[in-house]
Amino acid sequence: MAWETVIGLEIHVQLTTKSKIFSGASTRFGAEPNTQACLVDLGFPGVLPVLNEGAVRRAVLFGTAIEAEIARRSVFARKNYFYPDLPKGYQISQYELPIVGRGHVEILLENGERKRIGVTRAHLEEDAGKSLHEDFHGYTGIDLNRAGTPLLEIVSEPDLRSAKEAVAYAKKIHQIVTYLGICDGNMQEGSFRMDANVSVRPVGRKEFGTRTELKNLNSFRFLERAIDFEVERQIDVLESGGQVVQETRLYDAQKDETRSMRTKEEANDYRYFPDPDLLPLVIEDAFIEETVKGMPELPEARRRRFEEEYGLSAYDAEVLTATRPQADYYEAVVAVAGDAKLAANWMMVELFGALNKAGLSLEVSPVSAEALGGLVKRIADDTISGKIAKTVFEEMWRSGRAADEIIEEKGLRQITDSSAIEAIVDEVLAENAQQVENYRNADPKKQPKMLGFFVGQVMKKSQGKANPRQVNELLRNKLG
Amino acid sequence: MSDLHRKSLRELREGLAAGSFTSVELVEHFLARIREHDQTLNTLITVSDKEALQQAGAADERIQKGEAGPLTGIPLIHKDIFCTRGVKTSCGSRMLDNFISPYDATVVERLADAGMVMLGKANMDEFAMGSSNETSYYGPVKNPWDTERVPGGSSGGSAAAVAARLAPAATGTDTGGSIRQPAALCGITGLKPSYGRVSRWGMIAFASSLDQAGPMARSAEDCALLLSAMAGFDERDSTCVDRPVDDYLAALERPVKGLRVGVVKEFFGEGLDSGVGASIEEAMKVLEGLGVELVEVSLPHSRYSVPAYYVVAPAEASSNLARYDGVRFGHRCDDPKDLEDLYKRSRAEGFGAEVKRRIMIGTYALSAGYYDAYYLKAQKVRQVIARDFRNAFEQADLLLGPASPEVAFRLGEKSDDPVSMYLSDIYTIAVNLAGLPALSMPAPRAHGLPVGLQLIGNYFDEGRLLNLAHQLQLATDWHLQTPEGFA
Repeated sequence: MAWETVIGLEIHVQLTTKSKIFSGASTRFGAEPNTQACLVDLGFPGVLPVLNEGAVRRAVLFGTAIEAEIARRSVFARKNYFYPDLPKGYQISQYELPIVGRGHVEILLENGERKRIGVTRAHLEEDAGKSLHEDFHGYTGIDLNRAGTPLLEIVSEPDLRSAKEAVAYAKKIHQIVTYLGICDGNMQEGSFRMDANVSVRPVGRKEFGTRTELKNLNSFRFLERAIDFEVERQIDVLESGGQVVQETRLYDAQKDETRSMRTKEEANDYRYFPDPDLLPLVIEDAFIEETVKGMPELPEARRRRFEEEYGLSAYDAEVLTATRPQADYYEAVVAVAGDAKLAANWMMVELFGALNKAGLSLEVSPVSAEALGGLVKRIADDTISGKIAKTVFEEMWRSGRAADEIIEEKGLRQITDSSAIEAIVDEVLAENAQQVENYRNADPKKQPKMLGFFVGQVMKKSQGKANPRQVNELLRNKLG
Repeated sequence: MSDLHRKSLRELREGLAAGSFTSVELVEHFLARIREHDQTLNTLITVSDKEALQQAGAADERIQKGEAGPLTGIPLIHKDIFCTRGVKTSCGSRMLDNFISPYDATVVERLADAGMVMLGKANMDEFAMGSSNETSYYGPVKNPWDTERVPGGSSGGSAAAVAARLAPAATGTDTGGSIRQPAALCGITGLKPSYGRVSRWGMIAFASSLDQAGPMARSAEDCALLLSAMAGFDERDSTCVDRPVDDYLAALERPVKGLRVGVVKEFFGEGLDSGVGASIEEAMKVLEGLGVELVEVSLPHSRYSVPAYYVVAPAEASSNLARYDGVRFGHRCDDPKDLEDLYKRSRAEGFGAEVKRRIMIGTYALSAGYYDAYYLKAQKVRQVIARDFRNAFEQADLLLGPASPEVAFRLGEKSDDPVSMYLSDIYTIAVNLAGLPALSMPAPRAHGLPVGLQLIGNYFDEGRLLNLAHQLQLATDWHLQTPEGFA
């Protein structure tokens, strides 16, 4: 039987506010355990939450970016359950009335088509602390630094049909939130966490199959592998006459498998109810306008602009706008270099190649955007050839110096003075009389190939500095 | 013995300003009374005598420098529901018997800033759940009018201490009547402000959408002085209303002639003790003598207020009390086997029977499948009750009725019958559900025991409530009567 996969994602995005969603404690990552938890985060008797406006603004930016309705009135609710890293015994979240309503994003499929994926909702909530099970000999350590960190939970429609689509969607959401600057996108530190709801059904059937929820997917690679594993497992179960059990499953990256965490029967009754400590969140039009005014350009718009303004191919525009730092870097190169296409080539081939080889990210590139722009500018204005530029680039990478400085110091400036080039050409022809003879007697079809020899000699004599275009032209004339 | 404990707050202030006595002398006087009487009455869980004398010394300095406010140097007692830095804050529960708060509640902070001196922390029903003060882990408080009887609850320690003149003033909290009912049963004046008038920061939550702190003292004038210092916006409480505080002292003196006072028909029906009813009617006659116009009003849905309250309050409480899990503070059981054992035994040992009952009721009311029928329905009832009040306030400026259907009952009389206990608050609960301000003040005694006259105001109309109460107190001496042995 042929099976169809149905996937929906829930993505928890940690927002970039300096302080927590309901308290003034810092959200900085990596501090000593329990040094960034104030009385509110610790759930002390008598404390009360106060909503962080910055978190609301970030949710509004996201909602606007995915063309969703921003709820003029949303409500914070308590999700009640006992766990040691949940100090109050409830999590403040949004349940029936979330701040961001239905929206959508577009993903690029492997076949080059674009597909619209629905976003059901996005809501604000507080994160829990961390339970540390190692190093405590029979006890569990609790670190409440993370408790109260603002999260935006983004819930997709079950519109995804493969692990690859799920990854493309997750990357798109990652791209949007990092472009907006509402999330640092750091997956190692848990700033972007994914859960996947996965089910399968026979192709052609309308009803969804029973789903399982996969937890603990902290990289795009694990997301893809966990879904692939789970789809195969569900198909195996169904094909051998079994039934999929609705449950939460944990992905184990080491074993590359998912295993049952708890079934529906074991699930908590969260007893949601509106949090009486917080008034309904009422958002005025003016607040939205003010928030959206400073909204950065979104990836889609930037991609289209790169195609139109810089004349880039769809592929180049897609690659260069993949992340905001990348697109910013590119535009800084163009601003100095002038030649947009040449800048794109140099960035994507030479710079990305070097970064890849060194295992570095763009943010820590030894060659700044301004420096690369300076180099590309010298290729564009014929100061140096592309070939020489590669040498200059290597030197820039090593020393961090500017292209012009290296060109001057090493005398790499291209010879464009035609009389100077002519003198070298004449010298070469005189030194290679036999080859000149052979060339002139040769079949005209073979001549272009033979010309290469003379070009090589001239370039060698000029230490690579002669303008290749001029050399070619002069040689062709003189060899006639 | 001096008569410092007989003085009103205004008289105390005048005496302090004139140098007739110092704050330290005042504090020593009340501490001596506490030592003398509190063995019997059990109004205090903690006496903070050292801190009190220190604060009094500082207050005396302020007074000498001429930097004193109207309350500087005057002692008071805080209900043990308010967090007080460095002083045990038990909320009447074994769960918090070991809890020393690291911070002050806003109410505590504001009254301290005003120069008031804390004598100690008042006994109360556990987590404010009770109407008799019998659910306290620290034992019941005795009513100074008859030590065989309860003081009411949950602010019973505060009410009994003020009635017995162990302190000139106290703070209380009122979720369903917890200021007004004990004020009534102990013969003092207690005000529950509008929801949002006083910050809840640092006040241990029972039912967050109903809880409100207020003053408890001997007269409306004293309450006006206290409320002036307590009320006002606090950015740490999102439900606290950012709205200017009225001049309550100025309001006291306004004329009351022509004021329309609605007599709530439903508060005079079945279940009202005839002695209490007669007392309220006597007070009404005096009001008429002051030129007040009495009109009959109806709150047709008020009979639903007790059932609605006993869904909403326990539901919120079940969630508010989840933080007492033995992990970070409060009672932790010995040698827990595992996490579940830690939770179960810490909570089973730390909470008393009434608290457990309400956690169970609240958890049930919020459970999947029951939420709509209970919690949501109860919230709708609140709207209906609020509408009743809106209609009533179209016909009257203030409303009137008894604060409690009967006088103080005997210790143990209702402890085994929760429903009869819950009905003690039948006239007070609707006010909390609607979020309105109300006070209870002494009316003529019945059966030799205090009776509370309840006045209910429109939203943020505390000034008018205090105004009428003050004018009534100027014309009568019911509020000046003191239980025998405590005069």
